[in-house]
Amino acid sequence: MNTLGEIFKKRLLGGLATRQIAAPAGFEAVGLELSAVIRQLFKRSLNIREVDTGSCEACEAEIIAANNPIYDISRFGVNFVASPRHADALLVTGPVSKNMRLALKKTYDAMPEPKFVISLGDCAKDGGLFKCSYYTECGVGAVLPVVLHIPGCPPPPIEIVKHLLGFLRKL
Amino acid sequence: MEENIEVKPEEFKQTCLKFHNELRSPVMMLFACDERAERGVFCLRAVFAGTFARRWFIVKADLPAPEFESIATEIYSANLFEREIKEMFGLEPKGNPDSRRLRLHDEVWPEGFYPLRKDFDATKVAGEKGKYVFNKVEGEGIFEVPVGPVHAGIIAPGHFRFSAAGEPIIDLDIRLGFTHRGVEKLFEGKTPAEAVKLSECVAGDSAFAHSLAFCRAAEKIGGAVVPERAIVLRAIFLELERLTSHAAGIGGIALDVGFSAAAAYASIIKEAVHEVNGQISGSRFLKGINTVGGVLKDIDEEKKDLLIKILTAISPDFRKLKDLLGSSVSFMDRVETTGRLSKKVAEDLGVVGLAGRASGIGLDFRKGSRPYATAGFQMMTRAEGDVLARLNVRMAEFEESIRLIRYWLDNLPGGEISVRSENKSGTALGVAEGARGPVLYWIDLDGTGAIRRAKIVDPSFHNWPGLSYAVHDNIIPDFPVCNKSFDLSYSGNDL
Repeated sequence: MNTLGEIFKKRLLGGLATRQIAAPAGFEAVGLELSAVIRQLFKRSLNIREVDTGSCEACEAEIIAANNPIYDISRFGVNFVASPRHADALLVTGPVSKNMRLALKKTYDAMPEPKFVISLGDCAKDGGLFKCSYYTECGVGAVLPVVLHIPGCPPPPIEIVKHLLGFLRKL
Repeated sequence: MEENIEVKPEEFKQTCLKFHNELRSPVMMLFACDERAERGVFCLRAVFAGTFARRWFIVKADLPAPEFESIATEIYSANLFEREIKEMFGLEPKGNPDSRRLRLHDEVWPEGFYPLRKDFDATKVAGEKGKYVFNKVEGEGIFEVPVGPVHAGIIAPGHFRFSAAGEPIIDLDIRLGFTHRGVEKLFEGKTPAEAVKLSECVAGDSAFAHSLAFCRAAEKIGGAVVPERAIVLRAIFLELERLTSHAAGIGGIALDVGFSAAAAYASIIKEAVHEVNGQISGSRFLKGINTVGGVLKDIDEEKKDLLIKILTAISPDFRKLKDLLGSSVSFMDRVETTGRLSKKVAEDLGVVGLAGRASGIGLDFRKGSRPYATAGFQMMTRAEGDVLARLNVRMAEFEESIRLIRYWLDNLPGGEISVRSENKSGTALGVAEGARGPVLYWIDLDGTGAIRRAKIVDPSFHNWPGLSYAVHDNIIPDFPVCNKSFDLSYSGNDL
């Protein structure tokens, strides 16, 4: 009869439904510092819009991993938003395929000021492995003003957070 | 084993039809090579797979003129390949009604420049640009919904053009190519050893399957006999990659119907496997493991224990995830009968891999291969062809992968993990059954050991048309879950 009561009882007796999984050592400390810096700089949170311009999707997988319940970077005040109009920062992966140049610029133009651009992954820096291709723009910097690059192929979640912190701390 | 059959240009189409009909194989690959410098001609190759037997048939013909008789008028699975040949080589498939480009978008690339021709000069590309024409559905009350290339989530770019009347989708035109980087051209001139890294960045979530298919092709040419231990280690890594990919696929299906708790569960499982990948190989995405002639990373006793520990931990998690999904009536209601792809349509379109198996096509290139045969590998198929069938195949394969890895860890042969591979000239096909299906690499090495031509086919290239067919008569809000049930790669398709 008392379903809600039973759920609570089950939860109290059985503990959490999931087991505890810890993020890599040091992640919590970096995250908490990031949280403090973001609070100071943005008053509330940092909203990021992500655009893939031709990455192999490993970078996307790591950004998604940073949002999974283990890393859960939204608790440090970093949100990934659905629209560029809601974003403070643009996070770009991939060497910029010619086909994505226009979409990337339009996404950037749709963002409100002030705004900044972060590139992520080795091919976003200068094209990486795809540098000498007939169809890439040799990195995000060739199209937009990049203020922070996060290296790696792909960078794991903890590196993403560390680089973000390192950059914001200097502002 | 592969068999090369050379025919006269006028016999090419008939020979392809014969193989297609006798083997009941779709066109697994169809591609051109520019051999004008060596022999003064372009040539075409079509690849067919023998059922179950690990036999491949490669039909080759020279083209005296820059055109050929369209095969797609008879075999639909040749269609995208013909469009690809036309835009990359400027060879005209006579009779193919669809001449739209796939990757060199009309808005950014002028007419008349063919990147895969040997005399292509990127500095000369200039001229008037065109416009892409989408499929148009006409009639009262029909409206179009354009989506992409930039989507709301953290996901690769693609454009979806829905034509709908009320809720149901009447037509879906998928325009891809947004992540085209010119990968095949970049392979040219590199040695196989240099190109392994590139193959790992074709489709990042299938990095291992891609580098494996590439290395297998190079090893065939070089005459390298890969040691037994390396064969088993490769199989373990390939299945680890499948675990991450399938966990992502299952979580994605849950997420796209709004079942966040199950999605979170799946992402925890996925993360656990990525983490252990990093611990045993140094790469969370299993990059830097394959080399021509074997593998560079061994699994010692300590790593073995680590792997077993993780597999033991995620197995009950996975069972709970299955329970969570299966016991939710509203979830089952969303996935059952949704996005149905019949066996007939799947066969006609040439759908392969997991999506094919969920529509009753019993083809898995792991079956009968070493070391799968001795491990008692069970292929998973379903007949229904809906989102639930693809989910079920994925879940069954996930559990089978765990079982296989455990089996191989207990029966790991000793010995070397790699051999030297010689630099030889020749051509060969490499195949690896990745999480989505067969990853195919055909490579041609010249006398100096450099790659003259590399043709890559990710299973996604075969399966995207399957998705656009499966969503017919479904409502637009069900598109995301249909899409996730196929879980196709954009970068692997776009190259």
